[in-house]
Amino acid sequence: MDPLLLLEQAFNGLQFGIMLFLIAAGLTLVFGIMDMVNLAHGSLVMIGAYLATTLIAWTGSFLGGLALAIPATFAVGALVEVVALRTLYRRNHLDQVLATFGLILFFNEIVRIVWGPVSLYSGLPDYLMGHVEIFPDAPYPVFRLVIIAVGLSVAAALYLIVAHTRLGMLIRAGASNNEMVGALGVNIKSLFTFVFALGAVFAGLAGMMLGPLTSVEPGMGEPLLILAFVVIIIGGIGSIRGAFIAAIVVGLVDTVGRVMLPVLLRAFVDDAAADTAGPALASMLIYILMAGILVVRPQGLFPARTG
Amino acid sequence: MDRRQIWLSLATLALFAVVPPLTVIFDQPFYMDMVARIMVFAIAAVSLDLILGHGGMVSFGHAVYMGIGAYAVGILSYYGIDNGFLQIPLALAASALIGLIFGAMSLRTSGVYFIMITLAFAQMLYFLAISLEEFGGDDGMSSMRSEFAGLIDLNDAMHFYYLVFAVLAGVLFCLHRLVLSRFGMVIRASRTNERRMQAMGFPTYRYKLAAFTIAGTICGLAGALFANLNEFVSPDVMHWTHSGEIMIMVIMGGMGTLIGPVLGATAFLLLEEYLPQWMEMAMTDAGEHWAIIMGPILIAIVLFGRGGIHALLAASLGRNGNNGSKRDD
Amino acid sequence: MSKRILALATGLAASLALAATPVAAEKVKVGFITTLSGGAGIIGKPMKNAFELGMEHVGGRLGGLETEVIYGDDKRKPDVAKQLANKMIKKDRVDIIAGIIWSNLLVAIHGPVTRSNTFLISSNAGPSAVAGKKCSDNFFNVAFQNDMMPEGMGKYMTDKKIDNVYVMAPNYQAGKDMIKGFKRMFKGKIVGEVYTKLGQKDYQAEISALRAAKPSAVYVFLPGGMGINFVKQYAQAGLSSKIPLYSVYTVDALTLPALKDAAVGTFGVQHWSPDLGNTVSRRFVSTYREKYGKTPAFYAAQAYDTVMFLDAAIRKAGGVGDRAKLRAAMRTVAFPTTRGTFKFNNNHFPIQNIYLREAVNDGGNYVTKTRGVILSAHGDSYAKSCPMKW
Repeated sequence: MDPLLLLEQAFNGLQFGIMLFLIAAGLTLVFGIMDMVNLAHGSLVMIGAYLATTLIAWTGSFLGGLALAIPATFAVGALVEVVALRTLYRRNHLDQVLATFGLILFFNEIVRIVWGPVSLYSGLPDYLMGHVEIFPDAPYPVFRLVIIAVGLSVAAALYLIVAHTRLGMLIRAGASNNEMVGALGVNIKSLFTFVFALGAVFAGLAGMMLGPLTSVEPGMGEPLLILAFVVIIIGGIGSIRGAFIAAIVVGLVDTVGRVMLPVLLRAFVDDAAADTAGPALASMLIYILMAGILVVRPQGLFPARTG
Repeated sequence: MDRRQIWLSLATLALFAVVPPLTVIFDQPFYMDMVARIMVFAIAAVSLDLILGHGGMVSFGHAVYMGIGAYAVGILSYYGIDNGFLQIPLALAASALIGLIFGAMSLRTSGVYFIMITLAFAQMLYFLAISLEEFGGDDGMSSMRSEFAGLIDLNDAMHFYYLVFAVLAGVLFCLHRLVLSRFGMVIRASRTNERRMQAMGFPTYRYKLAAFTIAGTICGLAGALFANLNEFVSPDVMHWTHSGEIMIMVIMGGMGTLIGPVLGATAFLLLEEYLPQWMEMAMTDAGEHWAIIMGPILIAIVLFGRGGIHALLAASLGRNGNNGSKRDD
Repeated sequence: MSKRILALATGLAASLALAATPVAAEKVKVGFITTLSGGAGIIGKPMKNAFELGMEHVGGRLGGLETEVIYGDDKRKPDVAKQLANKMIKKDRVDIIAGIIWSNLLVAIHGPVTRSNTFLISSNAGPSAVAGKKCSDNFFNVAFQNDMMPEGMGKYMTDKKIDNVYVMAPNYQAGKDMIKGFKRMFKGKIVGEVYTKLGQKDYQAEISALRAAKPSAVYVFLPGGMGINFVKQYAQAGLSSKIPLYSVYTVDALTLPALKDAAVGTFGVQHWSPDLGNTVSRRFVSTYREKYGKTPAFYAAQAYDTVMFLDAAIRKAGGVGDRAKLRAAMRTVAFPTTRGTFKFNNNHFPIQNIYLREAVNDGGNYVTKTRGVILSAHGDSYAKSCPMKW
């Protein structure tokens, strides 16, 4: 295969990984601090996309719509936390899985009732429609570069917050021992609400950027949710750094794997068999990767909770 | 074990036993098939309860074993082997083998990691099944019903019903004995305090792996019956939401309560069937939005329904004696 | 608590007794199975609407007989569809089951329904699995055989002497069929053949590989959300103006509202479109718009045709009791459809025209326009392996 094409595919993988990181960041924070499995995190991606699409249409401006959609998603996240999830923190993981499974059903149906079952149109303004030649003869959509930039800024901001602020200290402390943080007199309730809503914003942001790329429809977040889970499991629950590295790895493996595997297999078996086995193996690839990593390191690559 | 639990189990089984004559009297053969389907899912739910309720292993990929059992029957049928005496043991062996392999790897992890790795394994086989072009891929394939050398005819709804009934009763009996045995004691004890069990010299990993494999095998049996019920096999049966649904059945009915998962499967499937109809009665075209009610029902069950339907029924049966549905988690 | 159990038991007994009331003799009972809940309700709901509209147009009576229609939601799950069909046969005792959007659901219920001596009429799904060796005398398809559209596209692109085509479809049975059907009629060179993950969201990697292969045209089958994702990203990659996009079941009335300009100028193939000039079609489109406020897609038209087909066949047979007589009527009856009249092949699939369609922006309204007939009176390629002769 052409090395330049391979490089371009690696770039595609990077962009996909960054998108996964945005979703996984909130998930791993909530997981790490509240010890909470939230299957409904994918619904927040969907809600972000729907809110952005609606608000962009309403304001008539792409950036204006996003500027309103971000606080709106924060509010939705805070509301969900206060109304439904708060009572689940002290429950076991099984209860959390089931209750948030119920939330998924609820959210998808709400969206279907409010916005209708038809996929929404979500386009891009002209200034984001252009292309940049990242490699010779490989025009790359500007918007995808924007996604990479946004993702990297979020990662950098999160790193600064977690490593250098009081909030970050609480988050780190919460991830390793949240009872102790509460005992030290920190208002743990509002910390939890804030962290959850922050995670919702990241997920919603991913949804907002997915809107112009993919279909905005009920249930759009679920396939991404499972991938995000794979990411935080590989990265180690509660670890932002782990989530970032794992997201990039998963993005690269998935993207490059699904393009390369059929080509590689054709070298060994006949074309028809390669066409069948290639995509099959490619779709299983990241799960194989995850299983492999867990067998060697049952706590993921960067376990945050060491106690 | 609580005596009420046993009475409740026997009463439930007795109710299942009288369904076919009733459907014949009222000339409503459909209900026989409907209850047979409920019992097939009940077997799957009971098998999950062994590791979930008793062992505390939250497997989020249990539907995969149902898929393996179903595909074992479907694939053999595809190659013209309809002999049930061959199909069923092979379905059991295949699901046991996969259960052993997946269990061996998954049980190295715990907590959330365990939930997710079981989900990942299930996703893996789901995508594999989709790519099996020879066996219908995503569309699935139709299969013939198993033949048992003329002893029972599965095309006869009543024969099929009582076969499923017998399997359910048998599974319940075996699990009842298993849970009360030394093996069951170790499994339950390692849920509450694994370290202590290890300190006492029990190789808990091996015990848990055995339980995981047994649960997978029984679920594979449910899958083999499921293929016979539908005369059809498709990857859909292994979808992660299907695993979630089996889990919901267990919680709805009551974990670790023998008959609880059976009641849960009954309640869940009846709800799935009748909720849209009830909503349709309340408001035209409301039935298609049944999920908006189903979701909150699930949340409510988790938040408030401690012990599930079993606890409700056990409580109504009398308040003397120790409460079997009391849970320690 | 025991009160609750008692209430439950009496409720169950009552519903059993109620359901046991005997059925009157000359009455037609039709079960219509489609997907109403979930994301796919977007297809099933208009089908139900169109079926109801059709029933209105025949005065609520199929073939002049008293008719009861029972609607069922299959939730897009094969086992639920199987259960529903079973319930309709055994509890509601329907004479005919119609509807069915998805090929896999049809495969799931085909055997049990046809064996029970109930007629099964597909208003959409047309998988090859039931068109060839496993064709059944109790099964009719009034929509299309899945391969017809890709065959049409293959024929068109061959006629246009388009060479070096890059083809793409999801990695599942229908995807493979759509490529196979295309190749059956396409005589040019294929420079790339790619199968993607079912339900895939991001196609950037595939688009990069596609561009590197430098094809002169692209042919895809990516139904529903997958199509929206791909076509949008294809446009964003700046390829829509460089490499023309041809598709089947990808750009249609359901995906166009979400695609808008991204799809304009792409070509598709269909057996019906709202702009077909015949009277039945015009009446259907205008009354449908009036009643439901939307332009119907081909799914809806097929559901409407199902009513017209049943009405004419039952009228000709004089009832539904004599299955053999009804079957004979179904095979030969001439009935008005939104596609003009069509005949059935020996495997009970339609022999019909296949049209080229182009997505256009019609004054802010994104629709597909008919751009001529590609294949006329086209029968599917599986009919010859169907042993049925009549």
